[in-house]
Amino acid sequence: MLNILWPIFIIISYIYAIFTGNVNEINNSVFESCESAVKLTITFLGTMCLWSGIMQIAKKTTLIDKLTKLLTPIMKILFPEIQKGNPVHKEISMNMVANILGLGNAATPLGLKAMKTLQKDNPKKDTLTNSMAMFIIINTASIQIIPTTVIAIRSSLGSTNPTQIIIPVWIATLVAAMAGITTAKILMKKY
Amino acid sequence: MNIINYVSAMAVPAIILLIIIYGVKEKIKVYDTFLEGAKEGLEVVINIFPTLIGIFLAVGALRASGILDLIINIIKPLITALKIPAEIMPLAILRPISGSASMAVATDIMSKYGVDNIIGIIAGTIMGSTETTFYTIALYTSAVGIKKIRYVLVAALVADIVRNAYVCSNLSNCVVKFLLTSVKKGSKI
Repeated sequence: MLNILWPIFIIISYIYAIFTGNVNEINNSVFESCESAVKLTITFLGTMCLWSGIMQIAKKTTLIDKLTKLLTPIMKILFPEIQKGNPVHKEISMNMVANILGLGNAATPLGLKAMKTLQKDNPKKDTLTNSMAMFIIINTASIQIIPTTVIAIRSSLGSTNPTQIIIPVWIATLVAAMAGITTAKILMKKY
Repeated sequence: MNIINYVSAMAVPAIILLIIIYGVKEKIKVYDTFLEGAKEGLEVVINIFPTLIGIFLAVGALRASGILDLIINIIKPLITALKIPAEIMPLAILRPISGSASMAVATDIMSKYGVDNIIGIIAGTIMGSTETTFYTIALYTSAVGIKKIRYVLVAALVADIVRNAYVCSNLSNCVVKFLLTSVKKGSKI
């Protein structure tokens, strides 16, 4: 995708700049862009390392198992077709907990494992089941308790209160998840 | 409304405390583990760096040439009807397609229009509250060899659009207004 978009952006910009006489501006912007990418990366580095370190500790504790148990009631509503005691329950909720804690690296392998388990019970191997569809939709909604990347960017850009974004992000995520789940629940009856 | 500020401010220390106390309680080598994770964080940032350069270059060129303003002016009637600030559009379009590219665009928007400005907060909220929809769907379906994805893309995109509309309208009207005034007053927390 970006292999197409990226050259288009640059070619169009340069041609447009030549015709409108903005050549000097575009020349300056090239060097400014490189400089700001470096500046951002350096300031961003500290916060990212901090969070990765903290989350690494979380990964080794039993915290994930405990949070997984809390999700049981929600699981029944979201995946009515999965029978009780099916091991996939645990895989799905562990994936959700990893997402909530922002453990992207841990969430993806867990999610793929859950997909493979769900595929075993799938009668039509080339088509998604309702449970699989719901699971993917929840994963696209990205329910995350601390939006670490955004906080890191905000603090690197000198925000007076980088964590202020947290509540708006929670509300927005919940709104998106509800919209996605409701749409899926309606559409799954027809398609 | 102070509660919002308080909860936001408490969320980070509460989670750090909880995790470290848990780690100590379960006799994990907390410091060594922390260093291990921090090293991974370093790798993540280094891997993102080339993308940042690439996207900053392209977005910088679009802006400096004046073509971004031209495009924004053309689509202005449509997006004012949807109440989405024109400055957010590049992010809203790119977000479901590419994670690292949209992160670079969001950063660009935040630094250009002010990180504590309404536009900056909207960009941050959109960035923090979504996944790269197309990538997630492709990854999860292709891993098990599924070709018919039924209603999944529609439902995921509905979620994206509803969220963006919500963030831009409601958020800017109530929550953000409060956040802005508290920032101006010099928030105490």
